[in-house]
Amino acid sequence: MLTHLRPAVVLLAAFTLLLGVAYPLAITGVAQAAFPDQANGSQIALDGKVIGSDLIGQSFASPGYFHSRPSAVDYNAAGSSGSNLGPLSQQLLDRVAGDVAGRVAVPADAVTTSASGLDPHISPANAAEQIARVAAARKVTPDQLAKLVADHTEQPMFGLIGEPRVNVLRLNLALDKIAVN
Amino acid sequence: MTLIGWLQIAVVLALVLASLVPLGRYMAQVFTGGRTWLHPVLRPVETGFYRLAGVDPAREQGWHSYAVAMLMFSAAGFASLYAILRLQAYLPLNPQGFAGLPPDLAFNTAISFLTNTNWQAYGGETTMSHFSQMAGLAVHNFLSAATGIAIAMAVTRAFARSGAQGLGNFWVDMTRATLYVLLPLSVVVALLLIWLGVPQTLAAGFDATTLEGAQQTISMGPIASQEAIKQLGTNGGGFFNANSAHPFENPSALSNMLAIWAMLVVSAALPITFGRMVGSERQGWAILSAMAFLLIAGVGVVYWAETSGNPLMAALGVDPAMGNFEGKEIRFGQSMSALFVAVTTGLSCGAVNAMHGSLTPLGGLVPLLLIQLGEVLPGGVGSGLYGMVVFAVLAVFVAGLMVGRTPEFLGKKIEAREIKLAVLAVLILPMVILGFTAVSAMLPAALSSLANAGPHGLSELLYAYSSAAGNNGSAFAGLSANTPWFNTTLGIAMGLGRFAYVIPVLAMAGSLAAKPRAAASVGTFPTDGGLFIGLLVGVILILGGLQFFPALALGPVVEHVLMLAGKTF
Repeated sequence: MLTHLRPAVVLLAAFTLLLGVAYPLAITGVAQAAFPDQANGSQIALDGKVIGSDLIGQSFASPGYFHSRPSAVDYNAAGSSGSNLGPLSQQLLDRVAGDVAGRVAVPADAVTTSASGLDPHISPANAAEQIARVAAARKVTPDQLAKLVADHTEQPMFGLIGEPRVNVLRLNLALDKIAVN
Repeated sequence: MTLIGWLQIAVVLALVLASLVPLGRYMAQVFTGGRTWLHPVLRPVETGFYRLAGVDPAREQGWHSYAVAMLMFSAAGFASLYAILRLQAYLPLNPQGFAGLPPDLAFNTAISFLTNTNWQAYGGETTMSHFSQMAGLAVHNFLSAATGIAIAMAVTRAFARSGAQGLGNFWVDMTRATLYVLLPLSVVVALLLIWLGVPQTLAAGFDATTLEGAQQTISMGPIASQEAIKQLGTNGGGFFNANSAHPFENPSALSNMLAIWAMLVVSAALPITFGRMVGSERQGWAILSAMAFLLIAGVGVVYWAETSGNPLMAALGVDPAMGNFEGKEIRFGQSMSALFVAVTTGLSCGAVNAMHGSLTPLGGLVPLLLIQLGEVLPGGVGSGLYGMVVFAVLAVFVAGLMVGRTPEFLGKKIEAREIKLAVLAVLILPMVILGFTAVSAMLPAALSSLANAGPHGLSELLYAYSSAAGNNGSAFAGLSANTPWFNTTLGIAMGLGRFAYVIPVLAMAGSLAAKPRAAASVGTFPTDGGLFIGLLVGVILILGGLQFFPALALGPVVEHVLMLAGKTF
């Protein structure tokens, strides 16, 4: 029994230093030197001010912006979570019915919360459904917006890997450039 | 389901398949003491560690000594991790100023990371300092995985050796698994993840002012270094509450593919290592085939169920084209979510990129069942292999009963002692899972933690104890598990699922190692062909599955029927 005590304690201490201190710090050093943009959260700045991250979704409420998906945590990027409601949950179905608001054939991502509560993307169909509202608020033609959405729709790599998607923050940034809110 | 979706699944599985032989053979070399190309760098570290710790690497341990060493190492790990979590407020690298964890949560979390479960009763970004994540949790992500690999290698040697007393040396196996397998892979995967967008910094995060003038605080930290080993070691404990669904843990379709590759590759390569060490790679492939068959069937059911969607939502006016999208991320889509769901539960990983609790009833049945089948498809690193060996022993025993011969596996006679120990091991799961679920289902203090009523509530309980006992760590996360009742009982379930399983397995290995290895004769049942694979699949399904069928019928199965009938809760 006691013969195992020394290796247990010594190896635990040695590995804590190697794996818990040296390894993450070395990776941090390399990351900050080689990939500073990604390593610091892919921040987006506008006029020198940080307005968000390329990867993290945000809430948009005004009619003149494209809206992100519903979020179980209202896009709190310091406390991610999904709704964790099961498929038969009355609470879930009431929420969805409220968001559908009498429309038909609503794209599913427009009325469902994401797993993280921070999904930065919407589906192209969801973006297309919002064009009429945004166009009216911004006083631009729907065709102009349709082109903007198409330009900001990312397609699967090699037509295979990934899903067609629209980054909402990037789209809204581009929107601000072509029309006043 | 779409063709493109299946092609994406095929691409990931093909990348795993292409890695198996090189990695499997490399690991065989590492654990038979051979020289590897990493020796010039790592050998001095390895021998330095042995000298410091007073370990004689040439000294063999019998099963008893091997098990005691493993338990002592785990006990030391528990004590240090518990202390780090309790004392977090007084330790460095705590930019958000988080308080120490309360005793029940620290107990639960320490057991969780020690047993390779990574059940998380806390939200990472709202509870853990960078120091706790790096020097506490991530260290045990490595060491618990290395412990699993070590035990698998001891079990492998029981078949490779003839008339032997020793199973190897725990300290050597654990050290080599960490230094030569997990650490180099983690460095490569961590750097790739950073390139793909995963942050790696000691800062707490940053504040942003949105285009609409709102404030958003965005949490960060040393994420990539932890994410790499979390996947490679089939740990699954995320830096963030949302785990691999969080865009900072898993920013894109490519990082998602890398994450799935990383969590599968070591566990799937270990049967090749096993085959090589017992002198027949074909045997390794036979075991792997049984694992792959059940896993791919699981992927198919989840993909089908989720794209079929939730008729209750369609009735409200939701376009059914995207399937059930509650709790899923756009960038992964249905196929890569389905693959992740099945792989993370076929493995004992437990990382999630979609919320399992929001899956359709049958989509949620699959991860639950894959855990209950014993976490062998292909299971956690190491634990999947030794779990599969237990099933293989039972399979040849069943075959032996049918033809009236003493069963043999790889030239070792399987007798009463081995069968008793194997059955003792496989009984742990149903006892712990069904026992604790039954008690919780009658306890008001436990029921008040449920977020969903009806059969989904029972599934939340059943999933929690399955995940804990199977050392998986994923959840139907509607359950508010951070209560003294759940922290304590789930902690006990995790401990039993790991240690009460491993000790009979090591005892069985000790007894097998001592037997002479007989040459195959014409009467030997070949264990590397289709008949054996079929038998193995059957034993896993019958032994692992039927025990849980009544409970599953009251949970996801009845929920599916009620969904079709339009009933809500």
